[in-house]
Amino acid sequence: MQRVIKSALILSIMFSFSAFSAALKIEITQGISSAQPITVVPFSSVQIVGGLPVDIAQVVSDDLARSGRFKSLSRLDMLSKPSTAEQVNFRNWQALGQDNLVIGKIVPDANGMLLVQFQLFDVYKGEQLTGFSIPASRSGLRGVAHRISDLIYEKLTGQKGAFSTRMAYITSMREANGKTEYKIQVADADGYGAKTIVTSSEPLMSPSWSPRGDKLSYVSYEGRRSSIYTQTLRTGQREKLRSFKGINGAPSWSPDGSQLALTLSKDGSADIYIYNVITRSFRRLTRSYAIDTEPDWSPDGRQIIFTSDRGGKPQIYKISANGGQAGRVTFEGSYNARASYSPDGKNITMVHRVNGQYRIATLDLKTGFTNILTDGRLDESPSYAPNGSMILYSTNDGLKSILAAVSSDGKVRQKLRLQGGEVREPAWSPYKAR
Amino acid sequence: MKTYQKLIVSLFLSSALAGCSMFGGGEETAGEGMNGGASTNGVDDGSNYSGHPLDNPSSPLSTKVIYFAFDSSAVEPQYEAVLAAHGAYLAANTDVSVFVEGHADERGTREYNVALSEKRAKTVQNLLSLQGASGNQTEAVAMGEEKPVAVGHDESAWHLNRRVELIYPAH
Repeated sequence: MQRVIKSALILSIMFSFSAFSAALKIEITQGISSAQPITVVPFSSVQIVGGLPVDIAQVVSDDLARSGRFKSLSRLDMLSKPSTAEQVNFRNWQALGQDNLVIGKIVPDANGMLLVQFQLFDVYKGEQLTGFSIPASRSGLRGVAHRISDLIYEKLTGQKGAFSTRMAYITSMREANGKTEYKIQVADADGYGAKTIVTSSEPLMSPSWSPRGDKLSYVSYEGRRSSIYTQTLRTGQREKLRSFKGINGAPSWSPDGSQLALTLSKDGSADIYIYNVITRSFRRLTRSYAIDTEPDWSPDGRQIIFTSDRGGKPQIYKISANGGQAGRVTFEGSYNARASYSPDGKNITMVHRVNGQYRIATLDLKTGFTNILTDGRLDESPSYAPNGSMILYSTNDGLKSILAAVSSDGKVRQKLRLQGGEVREPAWSPYKAR
Repeated sequence: MKTYQKLIVSLFLSSALAGCSMFGGGEETAGEGMNGGASTNGVDDGSNYSGHPLDNPSSPLSTKVIYFAFDSSAVEPQYEAVLAAHGAYLAANTDVSVFVEGHADERGTREYNVALSEKRAKTVQNLLSLQGASGNQTEAVAMGEEKPVAVGHDESAWHLNRRVELIYPAH
């Protein structure tokens, strides 16, 4: 997996948490030389008594570098550290080969709160591209930093940023007594601030975000049998869906939040059902003697793609959310499974087997072109960022399962190492409801 | 017990054969080992076993885990006698129930593996009912790849993880 780096960009960014939380290391294992050079100068906080808990410029710089679209200048290479427009000498930054420059400061505001101000400059034109003043509390500074990253990313790429989003994932840790502890955690998209939302001695799997990002549905085997739960993240309260004999699995929220597609085997083999959240009723969608599972909704809510072995081997099929005849979607390779739509609905990502290796691939639904993005042996659980730029997945690193991300064109790849245990089944949240 | 002794016999045999080749072969250097192995045949066939029938090591009932080929839910011929014995046991003991717990190896996607492991469990469940076990005595559980018994990422671990376990909760 530690593959030879093709191009100039190798970034190893070390983050350290406070003493008691887990360490996280993000390592960009493959980059592109066309990344735009950008400098994010440390924000001035001279007016803040006692300093600040978050280095905002560092968070922004790391966010932009992680996207693979930008190459952040190291602080060691900065010749000056301006915090106002008057202090900026554009020729110095031009000499350093920088395209863009970000400066900023944090000042106290009238209500005992903080005000974070930043400006983004085009170094060659010597002009400001954008600038904002954002009010913040001390505990909200990290969120403000991600918002700044979003604003810069959107200004420079034309695409909405996804730095203010979160991810959910499963961890499992084998303990000294031989038992395994399973958890679902939710963290910021950069891995910070991980919080455990449920812990169990039996397996937990298949986290799925509600479209507003306020709830998470998942499968739990507590009490030996599988059941689907929906948990409200803010309160921690959860509701168990009515469960049936056999499989209760693979929940997937409809884009409008009114339904869940899921897998039940109560009527024989595994089939896709639609659960209506309001009426709490179930409707059977597929009727085959084969395995039908892993449903995912198209962004317009009209189609559902799923995995089926009705043709002998697992392949991706598509069916109208109202039912009817299913049509086959994947034809390349003898194993395609767990597909999900890109946010624009033009592509799907899935697990694709090639030469006995399980890899993350995308399929362009219009051209039928399959693009293999990763090079692991056991890569699985691909999940698109809400802006479609990146795909989170899990991969094996030595003996352990870890999270990784790849740009949706396969050009930029990175590993996210969270300390302790196995980490798998990442699910990228939708944009936060504002 | 019997299997154990057979194992010893075969160990003797293999070490004896190894001895043969090591010492240039052809001579009767292995004779003693073979005689020693042969002398243990026929001792204790398990007929005086006094524990629970499900634990009787000389009965196929003592086997409670069966293994499967990759991406297959077909029961291999060597397990047919095991499942026949469990089916007959359940038919004779209608108050006994069993969880038929299917598992998969880590390859492939997780929910697909849940469904695959259920297919394995249901195949076993059907074979038990063919022997007279009633439907409410058995329950198929599909664990997918979530509870491996062997860690590791190669066939030596995978073949142990592609399994169905018969779990008698009251036993």
